[in-house]
Amino acid sequence: MSDGLDTFPKLLLRNAREFAAKPALREKEFGIWQAHSWQQYHDKVRDFSLGLVSLGFEPGDKVAIIGNNRPEWVCAELAAQAAGGASVGIYQDSNLTEVAYVIDHCDAKFVVAEDQEQVDKILDMIDKLPKLKNVIYSEPRGMRKYDHPSLISFDVVAKKGRALHHAEPSRWEKNIAMGKGSDTAIICYTSGTTGFPKGALLTFDNLIVMAKSVNTVDAKFATDEFVSFLPLAWIGEQMVSVTNSLLVGFTINFPEDPSTVMEDIREIGPHTMFAPPRVWENMSSTVQVKIMDTTPFKRLMYNWAMPIGYKVADLKFKKQPVPFALSILHKLSFWALFRPLKDRLGLSNLRTCSTGGAALGPDVFRFFHALGVPLKQIYGQTEISGISCIHYDGDVQFHTVGKPIPGTEVKISPDGEILSRSASITPGYYKNDEATKQAIRDGWLHSGDAGYLTDDGQLVVIDRIKDVMRLADGTQFSPQFIENRLKFSPYIKEAVVIGNDRPKLTVMICIDMGIVGKWAENQKLSYTTYTDLAAKDLVYGLLEKEVEKVNEALPQAAKLRRFVLLYKELDADDEELTRTRKVRRGFVEDRYKDVIDALYSDRQQVPIDTTIKFQDGKAARFQTTLLLRDLT
Amino acid sequence: MPQLEVKDITLRFGGVTAIKAVSFNVEQSTIHAIIGPNGAGKTSMLNCISGVYRPQEGQIVLNGQDITSQSPYARTGLGLARTFQNIALFKGMTVLDNLLIGRHTHQKTGVLAGGMYYGSGQKEEVVHREYVEDIIDFLEIEAIRKKTVGTLAYGLQKRVELARALALEPKILLLDEPMAGMNAEEKEDMARFVIDINEDRGTTIIMIEHDMGVVMDISNRVVVLNFGQKIADGTPDEVQRDSHVQKAYLGQEE
Repeated sequence: MSDGLDTFPKLLLRNAREFAAKPALREKEFGIWQAHSWQQYHDKVRDFSLGLVSLGFEPGDKVAIIGNNRPEWVCAELAAQAAGGASVGIYQDSNLTEVAYVIDHCDAKFVVAEDQEQVDKILDMIDKLPKLKNVIYSEPRGMRKYDHPSLISFDVVAKKGRALHHAEPSRWEKNIAMGKGSDTAIICYTSGTTGFPKGALLTFDNLIVMAKSVNTVDAKFATDEFVSFLPLAWIGEQMVSVTNSLLVGFTINFPEDPSTVMEDIREIGPHTMFAPPRVWENMSSTVQVKIMDTTPFKRLMYNWAMPIGYKVADLKFKKQPVPFALSILHKLSFWALFRPLKDRLGLSNLRTCSTGGAALGPDVFRFFHALGVPLKQIYGQTEISGISCIHYDGDVQFHTVGKPIPGTEVKISPDGEILSRSASITPGYYKNDEATKQAIRDGWLHSGDAGYLTDDGQLVVIDRIKDVMRLADGTQFSPQFIENRLKFSPYIKEAVVIGNDRPKLTVMICIDMGIVGKWAENQKLSYTTYTDLAAKDLVYGLLEKEVEKVNEALPQAAKLRRFVLLYKELDADDEELTRTRKVRRGFVEDRYKDVIDALYSDRQQVPIDTTIKFQDGKAARFQTTLLLRDLT
Repeated sequence: MPQLEVKDITLRFGGVTAIKAVSFNVEQSTIHAIIGPNGAGKTSMLNCISGVYRPQEGQIVLNGQDITSQSPYARTGLGLARTFQNIALFKGMTVLDNLLIGRHTHQKTGVLAGGMYYGSGQKEEVVHREYVEDIIDFLEIEAIRKKTVGTLAYGLQKRVELARALALEPKILLLDEPMAGMNAEEKEDMARFVIDINEDRGTTIIMIEHDMGVVMDISNRVVVLNFGQKIADGTPDEVQRDSHVQKAYLGQEE
């Protein structure tokens, strides 16, 4: 790095000089936000770092950290790095064996554990952790009766550090000067779905380059506020709360307690936010539930203003201009609804926010854009320091994950796998060369995800590769991806996409009886049973439109060509669904073999003659005729 | 000298003798459980200690001082605090306000300064708020700080009541069935809080509890009452082995 600021501790030194009394970290104590300035942050790290040194920490050693997001967490991380070592975050809800595995595998010499709960986990397994020297705890509550020889409190370590600093005042800066950008900063353990987690090494260069390139397309400022409530062991939170905060100098706020996050967000009013889909989904459903319970006037305002918000958001998605009349109405809606609602949610100051880690439903995406919250999707892996793609400003499309950030290349392998390459790719997994060779080939990181690039260069992620199917001509598709799309329609309860080793894609759909029934009533369409309703021409027309909407977003080769509305809902009692309501694909395809055969024939209808089991165990013979509908 | 001495207490309601000549001592900074079958006089005993009932005979001695004839609020000033079997909080007020009321005995400023939130009244409020926040942190009720008590789940209300008793800065804390109606997890939390209060703050705890697992686990001493009389008094182990106790709880073999 040209400016010589190539490690986190060096950045910390700069910030302590330049920002001095400006708040770096805030935590809530006694119900009041207490700030730690950059100078105090620096001093705290210095004391703890030198304390570790006096306990025998040597360059190259590792410190494992486990606990909720607190100043001590990030201080411990920077302290380890300043002493020439690396930090390893452990998810705070990990169980005994997971905690012990990571501590042992990363060769940690010290563990910083937040409280009694975490200390208990480690002490339970301490006989199996011969490389561990000390367990350092930061919250003394409940610890008075613990007398294990390896236990030492955070404050005592800091005190030792102060003593060392007194004896050797130049030691601290000398330690920091020895660090270089190519040193390992953190080891991020990723939870594999099979086998033990793998620890990706990430260097200072990896992380700093990543933060800088993200910031070119998604700017952050020193005056920003950020609330840190996701696990700091996760690369995404590391990227913002440690790397970016040090780089840009914005303030990190730690919630009082995991249960107070939403209130804390409202009190802080962050300028930038990063949260997984779960948090956004939660917020939007909370709003909708609260609106149902509110006064008629407020509900009226909501029902009047939201469609305007949606209309404007949709125009912006399509990059079309907003007509003058609509923009006036939008302004009115802003004062009447969006502004107060955003204030309630703590999103008033929000300038940029993103979601990552999993796919966020288009409905939720549109909801926030309708409110004027500029939500963006992020895509990436731990192995590439977290981010490879992001929605650029003014170019948000909710079925994509955006474009590669500057300095990152993304391509699709001949097998349809998403590959990426940048300066932020991990040098490898810790003590696992085999996995490294598998994940990184010729400098390209193999994600294990299937996807494609749209014509304007946006990446669409389909599914994990192992869940992907193939048409007879080799075209890949993810049934689950398409089914989820379909199920975003309120009229569709369940959908089963068929096409593995077949010439084209077709789908069997179960309508949502309640909602389609209500729609039918509004259309003055009379019906008797589910079977009757599902066979109506008008209902077919309605569903055809819904399926075509989904088809629009699918690539030409993977469009749905035909569909049928099933005469009954898929049911766990009939073994068609698991008890957790997942479709048992094999069983369903077998059971509806006649229907599927008809879908792949020229016939326009298929006679059904079957027995249906009722909940009380009775069975009845059932005859009907199903219609098949072609799609253009 | 024991912190609290119960000497030959007899309590009658008309012709019914609820407690008959019961004596026991409570040492400083211990957890002391009172157990017994239904109608054994446990809550009456607690009411005698806190001053709700006045026994016809006997004495309650706190730190060598006879408090038998003192009113409940006077006893509060001497460091006695209690919780109730049926929650007795101000349901329409927030958790924070309920706890601040617990600080009432420690507030010195008058209606004017306090009401105007001015001068000494303001300074005092800050001090008490800090104390209350400390308790909120201690009992992990940050998330409900500003919620109205009436809207909270039962287990949480129990915790708020404990918090309010703690706000009195008690030397002796009387808990009337702190774990009644709770699920296993809530019980475990509550037991941990009781131990933490006892160990961190050195508060003496006298509690009535039906969950024998909890009682035997966390108490230093146990007093067993049956039909108003004390039938055993000792460590949990001693009490469990006592033949009278086994008879009272399990019945007698014919």
